Amino acid sequence: MEVAEKDKKQELKEFIDSVKDKEHGDSYLIAVLHKAQGLYGYLSREVMDTIAQQMQIPTAHIWGVATFYHYFNLTPPGKYVVSVCLGTACYVKGAPQILEAVKNDLKIDLGGITEDRLFSLQLARCLGACGVAPVVMVGDKIHGEMTPKKVVEVLNQYRKAEKKQ
Amino acid sequence: MSKEYIITICDGTGCIQKGNAAIRKALEQQLKDHNLTNDVRINLSGCLGMCDKGPIVVINPGYTIYGNVTPADIPEIVEEHLVRGQPVARLAIQEDHLYNRFFRIFGDAKFFGKQMRIALRNCGIIDPENIDDYLSLRGYEALAKVLTDMTPKQVIEEVKLSGLRGRGGAGFPTGVKWQLTARAGSLNSPRAASDEKYVICNADEGDPGAFMDRSAIEGDPHTVLEGMIIGGYAIGAKQGIVYIRAEYPLAVRRLEKAIADAREHGFIGKNILGSDFSFDIDIRLGAGAFVCGEETALIRSIEGGRGMPRPRPPYPSVEGLFGKPTLINNVETWANIPVVILDSGKWFSTIGTERSKGTKVFALAGKVVNTGLIEVPMGTTLREIIYDIGGGIPDNKEFKAVQTGGPSGGCLPAKYLDTPVDYESLAKAGSIMGSGGMIVIDQDSCMVDIAKFFLEFTQNESCGKCTPCREGTKRMLDILIKITEGKGEMYDIENLKRLGSMIKKASLCGLGQSAPNPVLSTILNFREEYEEHVKDKKCRAGVCKKLLTYEITDKCVGCGACKKACPVAAITGTAKAKHVIDQNKCIKCGACFSKCKFDAIIKK
Repeated sequence: MEVAEKDKKQELKEFIDSVKDKEHGDSYLIAVLHKAQGLYGYLSREVMDTIAQQMQIPTAHIWGVATFYHYFNLTPPGKYVVSVCLGTACYVKGAPQILEAVKNDLKIDLGGITEDRLFSLQLARCLGACGVAPVVMVGDKIHGEMTPKKVVEVLNQYRKAEKKQ
Repeated sequence: MSKEYIITICDGTGCIQKGNAAIRKALEQQLKDHNLTNDVRINLSGCLGMCDKGPIVVINPGYTIYGNVTPADIPEIVEEHLVRGQPVARLAIQEDHLYNRFFRIFGDAKFFGKQMRIALRNCGIIDPENIDDYLSLRGYEALAKVLTDMTPKQVIEEVKLSGLRGRGGAGFPTGVKWQLTARAGSLNSPRAASDEKYVICNADEGDPGAFMDRSAIEGDPHTVLEGMIIGGYAIGAKQGIVYIRAEYPLAVRRLEKAIADAREHGFIGKNILGSDFSFDIDIRLGAGAFVCGEETALIRSIEGGRGMPRPRPPYPSVEGLFGKPTLINNVETWANIPVVILDSGKWFSTIGTERSKGTKVFALAGKVVNTGLIEVPMGTTLREIIYDIGGGIPDNKEFKAVQTGGPSGGCLPAKYLDTPVDYESLAKAGSIMGSGGMIVIDQDSCMVDIAKFFLEFTQNESCGKCTPCREGTKRMLDILIKITEGKGEMYDIENLKRLGSMIKKASLCGLGQSAPNPVLSTILNFREEYEEHVKDKKCRAGVCKKLLTYEITDKCVGCGACKKACPVAAITGTAKAKHVIDQNKCIKCGACFSKCKFDAIIKK
C-alpha cells in the first residue's frame, strides 16, 4: 500500500512537471486536478497542498477552483459512485422515483456513502444518454431504461460481484 | 456466398449501454463458424440517432437496418441474410419506402425521411476512429482547398455568404464573428496589439437533456477538427483548443485519437499540407459547471480559474483567452464549416429559411416514440419533428408541451406545433432555439413542476457573481416551491413575473439573463395550471405530492398489502373488506399506490 501511495505521488509530480513549464502553465490547474482525482479518487487537503507547492499556486486558489466545479470530490467516494441522472429527459421519464428507490435501497442521502464504502450517491445533470432515459451511472457504466425495481436489481448485481471477489 | 458485405454496428453511447459489444463478439464468432471472415467487414460507427431501438446493426449493400438486436439473433442474421441473401424481416426496421434526399444508406426508415444531414453527415456511416474513413468521404478536402485556393479573407466571405449562425443557441452570424476576430489585433483595433490569437471549440454541453455535441464528436471528430483548422487559417490563429466536458470520456478519447491521427497525416502541426500555415489543437477538460458554456466563463476556466463570466465588452473576439483575440464556436457550427467550403456558401444558403440558414441538430427526447439525434433543415415545423420523425407520443397520451433550449428556453403548448424551427420564430413563440435540446412533455407532467425543475438547475448552477441571478433565482425558486406545496397566493404568480423580468434585464451573463425563461413561458402558456395550484390546491398531472390525495376505491379486495406498506399506519381495515386511508395521517409517499395489485388506489 505504502509503495502505491508513493507511485501516485510520483505520477502526479511527473504530470505537473510536464505541464507547468509550458506557456501559460497555471492554466493547466484544472487538468492537474483531474489527474489528481483520477489517482486518488478525490482531492484531499494534502493533495491540494502538494499541488500548490509544485505549481507555485496558493492552496486558497486551488481550493476555490476545486469547490467551484461539481466534478471534483472533496471527500472520498465509495467504490462505486452511483449517479442518478436528473436531466430533463430522465426527469420527465420518472428519474425522481428512481432516485427515491436508490436512496431507500442504499439508505443514504445525496452526497452520502454506504457504511461498507461500496456505494456513494450523487446527482448527474444529463449524461447525454437521453435516448435510453431514465439512466443511472454506476462507476463508469451507464444503465438505461431504469425503473425503481430495475435499479435495485442493478445495485444488487454490484453487491453480488463484490461478494464473489 | 460470393458477395461481400459491410456490417456496421452502432457504437454510440446508447448502443454501448445496450450491449453492442456482445453483438460484435457473437457476430465475429458466427462469421468464423461460417468461414465468412474474409468476405465481411465489420465497422463500428458513431451514433445513428435511433437510440431507443439499439443496439443497431446495419448491413450493406442493401441498406438493411436491424434494431433491438440481441446476440441470439446473430446466427439467424448470418445464415439468412449473409448466406442466403434474405434479410431477416422480423428484425429489420422497415417503414414507408424511402424518400430521403441525401443518404441512400439511410433509405428505408421513415425516421430519416424528413431529415437532412450536414453537420452529422458522416455520423453513423464512418468509423470515427479511422481517419481513412473520413478521408474517403472528402475529409480534409475543404482544408486543402482553403490552403491552396483561398485567402483568409475569401474564407470569411464564404462563411458570411452561407448565412451560418452560431449553433450554440444565440445565433450570432458566424462569418461576422470570424471577421471581427480576424480584424482584432490589426491597426484599426489598438486594444490588442498582439497577433497571437486562439480558436476555441465549445463542447461544454451542459444543458440537461441535450447530447448533440457529444454524438457529433463521438461520431465524426475529424469534421470538427477540420472546421477549427479552417477557422484558424481564416483569422490567423496558431492554436486551437477544444473545451469538452469531462463527463464525456468516450468523446474525449475519440477526439484525442483524431488529433493524433490528423497530426500524423500532416493536417495539424507545422506547415500544414506543405503550406506556411501552422496550427495545433489541444484538449482541455471542463469539470461540470453549466456556466462555463458562457464564453467568458469558459475562457476563465481554460485559464485555470473559477469559471465565472465577466462583463462584455470587450468581447472575446477582441480580448479573450490570455487576453488575446479569440474565436469561440460551438461543435455543431464547426462541423458545418467543411461543407460550407466544399459545397459553397451559396448552396448552404439555399437551405433553411430567410434568416436561418442550413440545418439544426436536435436531441429529441422525453415522451416521444423515437428518441434520438436528428438533423432537420431550418424551417421544419415542430409538428413534423415530433410526429413525423419522432413518431408521436407513446401510449396514446396527449401532447402537452415541447421544451426547447433547455434551462434557458421555454415550453410551447400545442397551439405552437406548426411553428417553423428557426431562431426568430421560436423566439417569437416565447422559447429559444438553444443548443438543440428538445424534450416532449405529455399529460403526466406538471408544468409548474417542470418550471421548478429548471429553476432548481439554474439556481444551483448560478456562479454567484452577480446579485440578480444569485439571489433572484433563489427567491423565484422559493415561490415556486411554495406554489407546488399548495401554499401559494395569487400575487405569487405576479411576483414571479416581476422578479423574472428583473433578473433577465439585470444579470451579467446569459445564464441569468435566460434563467427565468422556463418560468415565464409556462406562466404565459399554462397559467391555468398555476392558478389551479394556487386556488384549488390541485395538481392535474398528479405530480406535486403535497397536493395529492390517495383514496381507496370499491375495487379494494381487502388483501391488506397497502396496510403493510404504509410507513405511518394511516390505512385501516379488516381482511377481505375495503380499507380506508386516514387523510390526516397520510404523508403521501405513494407506497400503497405502488403496492396495490388491483388498481384500487387512485390519486387525485
